Amino acid sequence: MPLSLLPINKKARITSILGGYGFQRKLGVMGIREKQEIKIVSKQPFRGPLTVEIRGSQMTLGRGMAQKITVEVVQ
Amino acid sequence: MGNPNVGKSVVFSRLTGANVIASNYPGTTVDFSKGNMRIDGKRVEIIDAPGTYSLEPTNKAEEVASKMLKKADVVINVVDATNLERNLYLTLQLLERNIPVILALNLWDETHHLGIHINEKELETLLGVPVVPTVALTGEGIKTLVSRIKEAKINEKIKSTSEEGRWIEIGSIIGQVEQVKHRHHTIRDKISDSTIKPHTGIPIAIGIIFCAFWFVRFIGENLIEYIFNPIFENLYLPIVMRLSEWLGPGIAHTILIGEYGVEIDFFESLGILTTGLYVPIAAVLPYIVAFYFTLSILEDTGYLPRLATLVDKIFHKLGMHGHGIVPLFLGLGCNVPGALSTRTLETRKQRFISATLLAICVPCMAQMAMIFGALGTHGLYYIGLVFLTLTILYIVIGLILNRFIKGESPEIFLEVPPYRRPSLRATFKKTWMRIRWFLKEAIPYLFFGVFLINILYVIGILQWFGNAVSPVMEGLFGLPGDASIALITGFLRKDLAVGMLFSLNMAPIQLVIAVTMLTIYFPCAATFAVLIKELGIKDMVKAAAIMVGVAIIVGFLLRIILLGV
Ligand SMILES: Nc1nc2c(ncn2[C@@H]2O[C@H](COP(=O)(O)OP(=O)(O)O)[C@@H](O)[C@H]2O)c(=O)[nH]1
Ligand SMILES: [Mg+2]
Repeated sequence: MPLSLLPINKKARITSILGGYGFQRKLGVMGIREKQEIKIVSKQPFRGPLTVEIRGSQMTLGRGMAQKITVEVVQ
Repeated sequence: MGNPNVGKSVVFSRLTGANVIASNYPGTTVDFSKGNMRIDGKRVEIIDAPGTYSLEPTNKAEEVASKMLKKADVVINVVDATNLERNLYLTLQLLERNIPVILALNLWDETHHLGIHINEKELETLLGVPVVPTVALTGEGIKTLVSRIKEAKINEKIKSTSEEGRWIEIGSIIGQVEQVKHRHHTIRDKISDSTIKPHTGIPIAIGIIFCAFWFVRFIGENLIEYIFNPIFENLYLPIVMRLSEWLGPGIAHTILIGEYGVEIDFFESLGILTTGLYVPIAAVLPYIVAFYFTLSILEDTGYLPRLATLVDKIFHKLGMHGHGIVPLFLGLGCNVPGALSTRTLETRKQRFISATLLAICVPCMAQMAMIFGALGTHGLYYIGLVFLTLTILYIVIGLILNRFIKGESPEIFLEVPPYRRPSLRATFKKTWMRIRWFLKEAIPYLFFGVFLINILYVIGILQWFGNAVSPVMEGLFGLPGDASIALITGFLRKDLAVGMLFSLNMAPIQLVIAVTMLTIYFPCAATFAVLIKELGIKDMVKAAAIMVGVAIIVGFLLRIILLGV
């Protein structure tokens, strides 16, 4: 499922990231890459940005960006 | 060099110590400063580069950082020890460039709290360059860092690879040097969560902003009452009075001090040495000091990215994103640092919108002094009207510009750092740097402004021009014809314009219209100069046209709404 649909505080693993090379690299240097574990800390209302946690650090990203990231829930 | 927010600036001020910073460009992430230090008796120049995640720049600040690299003899790569994986990406890229590198493993103290253990000796062997753990905040490890700078070297073994290759390499390094113990949710995590979740975060944000403004006012008022006013009244006034006697009546007296024979009043005399000096230094500067001190604290604790997250949606509608709050906040002190910080936004469209809105709707401390000075005696209601108008304008013009300005408004993508205790030293230093901007760049313009106004007044040009536009004033805005002189003066010095408005005996509502127009129609000359540099002439002409247009429309609308005629 797209990251934007992942419930808050549920751990998931990134399976793929859509988008161009520049976009992938921009996320990549911040730790958002395939196979990484990710969790959502908060979602702002009215389709506002998401704050995610990855490897112990947090970042905020827009809803549109989150839609391009596909994740699967891990148990 | 290093990623944003890893302590580069603190390391920098530790290294350069008392040596004053020669030049700096304020802005939250674009800050870059030069300083000197001695290594083995030799003087070397150190540059605090803007933070960057990689050497393939994705924004202007990162571009600046990459360019600086070309001039460097040695790179002190400051890395965040609590976030080693991500930080090493830049490190590997630096090593690929064949520049001598030394690593400062900063925020070392934090690793203990987070249950992270790093074997720095092993890291040194693997990277082939010196690695020194540091706690920049307390100065721990800085001596070792300095003594090992000369050991910085090029790692010949590291060859340029792909992005994929670097991550694999980093993965293997991390596996060998880092161990992470599981840890529990701490109080700090809880505070962090509650300030970023909307239902708790928004009330907290309102509370924090409210407290911040109260704090600014508290510090500002006390600085004026106990420091600046006594200096001006007791030390400076006698000097000016003696000068007045010595000069006698004449043009020189009018320009320097004000009308001869009238008692000197620092607010209303309008001389270069009286009002010209007093208003920027004793009435505005204390608030600028208070404001930037408070903002630096907010910035250093790490609150701003959370605020940016909370307001992102609104700013996105205005064509920017959450980061747009930074120029807005910085601009509330002095528009100049605000204008400089617009370059942290990614696209031309975003920068144009945020700069134009800044110039139109964000009153700096001098303008606020003007608003409060003109309307304070009439009551809070009228001051509220001005600020309400400005807020509505910010949103309405933002919505319109977002629609009509071509270009992209990318979404927010921002690191949210953990909360940290601000270091007083760093806070003072940052406050000082921003104030220095006001002293160095804005004050000369302010002086020149009074000078020019006084000359124009003495020659009579101001009055002539005022008469020419006065029908417009009366017809369009319902203001007395003489208000035009004040509005023209406002091009050069808004604070002085207020003194002129005073003498016109206008109704409070008329004052509201005049003051609002004064705030909107042009930024001060210093901001104007910076905006030309930031936006380029062509966009600046557009922005200026919008400013004047908006001032006229708003003046007219306010007249219809407030005066009912
Ligand atoms: N606990 C701790 N905090 C630090 C250390 N070094 C810097 N900081 C804090 O980290 C924040 C970012 O520092 P700054 O120098 O502005 O980072 P820059 O963006 O890399 O220049 C500031 O709030 C500093 O006070 C450190 O060694 N330990
Ligand atoms: Mg810095």
